[in-house]
Amino acid sequence: MSARYFGAAVTRVEDPRLLTGRGRYVDDSEFPGMLHAAFVRASVAHGRIRSVDTGEASGMPGVVAIYTMADFAGIAQGQMPPMAPHPLLPTPITYHPLAVEEVRHVGEAIAIVLADDRARAEDAAAAVSLDIEELPAVADAVLASKAGAPRADSKRPSNIAATMKAGFSDCGAVFAKADHVLTERFDIHRGGCHSMECRGVVASVDPHSDVLTLSTSSQSPYMVRRHLATYLNRDESQIHIMTPDVGGGFGPKANVYPEEFAVALAALKTARPVKWIEDRQEHFVATTQQRGQVWTLDVAFDHDGRMRAIRGHCVHDNGAYAPYGLILPATALASFPGPYALEALDLTIDVVLTNLVPTSPVRGACRPNAAFLLERLADRIARHLGIDRQEVRRRSFVRADQMPYSTGMKARDGSPISYDSGDYIAALDLVLHKIDASGFQARRAAAAKRGKLLGLGIASCVEDTGLGPFEGASVRVTPAGKVVVSTGASSQGQGHRTALAQIAADALGVDLNDVRVETADTSKFPLGMSTIASRIAVTAGSSVELASQKVRAKAIAFASHKLEVGEQDLELEGGAVRVKGVPGLNVSLSEISRTLAGNVGMSLPGAMEPDLAATAYFNSTALTFAYGANACEVEIDPETGDVRVVRYVVVHDCGKLINPLIVDGQIRGGVVHGIGNALFERMIYDEAGQPLTTTYADYLLPLASEMPPIEIHHMETPSPRNPIGVKGAGEGGTIPAAACVISAVENALGSNAPFIHLHPISPQQVMKWLELSGSAAQA
Amino acid sequence: MSERHLTFTLNGERREASAETRTHLADFLRHGLGLTGTHVGCEHGVCGACTVIVDGAPVRSCLMLAVQIDGCTVETVEGLATGGQLSPLQQAFADHHGLQCGFCTPGMLMTLEAFLRVTPSPTQQDVRIAISGNTCRCTGYQGIVEAALTAAAAKGSRP
Repeated sequence: MSARYFGAAVTRVEDPRLLTGRGRYVDDSEFPGMLHAAFVRASVAHGRIRSVDTGEASGMPGVVAIYTMADFAGIAQGQMPPMAPHPLLPTPITYHPLAVEEVRHVGEAIAIVLADDRARAEDAAAAVSLDIEELPAVADAVLASKAGAPRADSKRPSNIAATMKAGFSDCGAVFAKADHVLTERFDIHRGGCHSMECRGVVASVDPHSDVLTLSTSSQSPYMVRRHLATYLNRDESQIHIMTPDVGGGFGPKANVYPEEFAVALAALKTARPVKWIEDRQEHFVATTQQRGQVWTLDVAFDHDGRMRAIRGHCVHDNGAYAPYGLILPATALASFPGPYALEALDLTIDVVLTNLVPTSPVRGACRPNAAFLLERLADRIARHLGIDRQEVRRRSFVRADQMPYSTGMKARDGSPISYDSGDYIAALDLVLHKIDASGFQARRAAAAKRGKLLGLGIASCVEDTGLGPFEGASVRVTPAGKVVVSTGASSQGQGHRTALAQIAADALGVDLNDVRVETADTSKFPLGMSTIASRIAVTAGSSVELASQKVRAKAIAFASHKLEVGEQDLELEGGAVRVKGVPGLNVSLSEISRTLAGNVGMSLPGAMEPDLAATAYFNSTALTFAYGANACEVEIDPETGDVRVVRYVVVHDCGKLINPLIVDGQIRGGVVHGIGNALFERMIYDEAGQPLTTTYADYLLPLASEMPPIEIHHMETPSPRNPIGVKGAGEGGTIPAAACVISAVENALGSNAPFIHLHPISPQQVMKWLELSGSAAQA
Repeated sequence: MSERHLTFTLNGERREASAETRTHLADFLRHGLGLTGTHVGCEHGVCGACTVIVDGAPVRSCLMLAVQIDGCTVETVEGLATGGQLSPLQQAFADHHGLQCGFCTPGMLMTLEAFLRVTPSPTQQDVRIAISGNTCRCTGYQGIVEAALTAAAAKGSRP
């Protein structure tokens, strides 16, 4: 294949539509007779539903129906199926589409109101009268994990839903022989997701075919189909799911939500199209959040700073339900030991139920947590020994000559985890060079003259990408000679249509503009998984390559037959199969497609199979491992405690780059998300589980005015584990970013500063640390 | 609900329509007129996704009532491209990867369109402040800032 497009920073085929207002998001679809839904939601964190009085609301203008779960008894009932069953959760902790008997967090949906427009549906929802007997609630996972705490779910015997363990070798033996041992506690805050488009779903039933169609802002349309089919006892062929343009996903949209089921049930019950568009206030109380964990870790290390073993315990805030099973805590464990070549590891996580909205992966899942813990420990060791932070890392990282490196951990399917390729120390060296670490002291002195405290932070990470089992793609050349690629992989703005088109265009020798990519429509492609965990470039990208190569081989076989030329003398270029070195001797893809479409009663040439098309699935049997080293500088104003990130440099290796423009965009967005986690994003609940941050006036997202330019340098170590040598790039920006910023803040505060064990930090907190460390006086 | 009759200019075209008095401008544009390019991200005036230009000034269409545009000139994202050609700002967004999911994009474009009309030669920091009322979760802002600076430079270089 000639790499005309693969690796090139081509601009996105998605953009002209999105830039001119021709994007089509869920809320942009309208159907005749469509009803608009609003949900009646729990206003207490834990309670028993005594009654739902819809009398007044039912008679309000425009109201067509108000349903509770009891009204759907003839269609379906019971809890939703678990998305990821796990032996440690023999009783799934899933929602009912609408709450039955008990509510377990503020925002849980209890009734669905259908009206002829959204405003009237909301009017009526506000007029539904709930009688809920309030039950004791727990809003803090550490408190919830203690004996005697109120139970988040009155039907379960304990708030500890599961206890998970992971590790390798004998930690006790390594700790006994290590030169030093330190113990630290870490508190990582639960943040929200906040895709700019909230969730949404439109459901309708075709009266002729009885097919139930959902247009949903999902990262997992095929999961929605599978679970809805199970729940409704329908065949999957009677359910059609599609994702239109989706305004950001970042993880939470990978869940199958109770609202999706409730809207589908309402459409079945009313036989009319039903639309529900989540508003931002609902997003705060009903869309999953993540990252809330409290860890206690012991680290064993030697005099020279070499990190040898870690053991510890985590209280994981699961929230009230576990729609996605134990994916999040499992990811936290699997993200160890990061880039560090540990001799032993022994971790335990208590997965704790609280009366808060459930947690699920958000951009990196718990990988940023693991990176924060490991990188903070590395900094801690350096301070304890009085050596440079980079030396601890240099002496502790997995070395390039150890690749492939078996970490000792196991993947979700029980297979051993091994890092495929890379050079973690080289990445660290490069980022320190690019940020000019050797010139830092001079810059710090200059900042001090301006009354500011400058700090340098570093953080590295390893990111498992390309999660299996598969994605697939079909590639078809139309009679007009255009190429249509269809895949089950959904897109939430990552630029899949461009990246996948680049792969197909190169394989088939056609212009990029002649390739059209369809994503995640269950009527167009039979199977798909989810767009999560930076897996699409590896899985869908490889499947497009494999399917394209099959089409290419078929086109060459056809041309060889027709032109009577050996296959080795043929090439694909300019939309045709050409005889190498013989201008004018060729057969166009268009002609091959038309011929293989057949004529009645006429045989196909060479007894070939019909259609110039092929389908392939790439079965990802081993993870790929992207990695990165980050460095940043922060400037602290000692008079206000304000922290500004003034420089941020990323070195990143995700194997072969399909499109550097897209990869850089993914990384930059991820870094800013991580800076938000470090400095701004704080989801606050009171002791009774009431959220106190439900607007953007209270919950601060990172904005352009506070963000630095982000400089990116790529290393390109191809992965040997897929045909295109790629690794995922969706979350590599976020994973080390909070650790990097906090490392810089601690560095800015000076050698007397307390060890920073949490994020996000606040200006008030910084002022306290300044006082404790005496750094303010030094500035 | 009481309705009012409105007369206004939308993307250069004289329009008449009626709107419920409580309907905000974003819903009116999207659902009343079918101009779904304007997006609703927070409905409390913080995220900026719904920004449109009214009488030359960028406004949050979720914080303005539809009835307030009676007699006004309204510009939305649908009016930026002319004759199938992206505007210089739109083209710069594509060239600099200033968008990913595209949801905040119409609001970013309209904010910057209004800003660049009054600030033809901005610095990077000027641009960052100009879009500090628009939240983007995808791009990290850098592509957007580069796009705005490029569009400004292109405009400045024209006679």
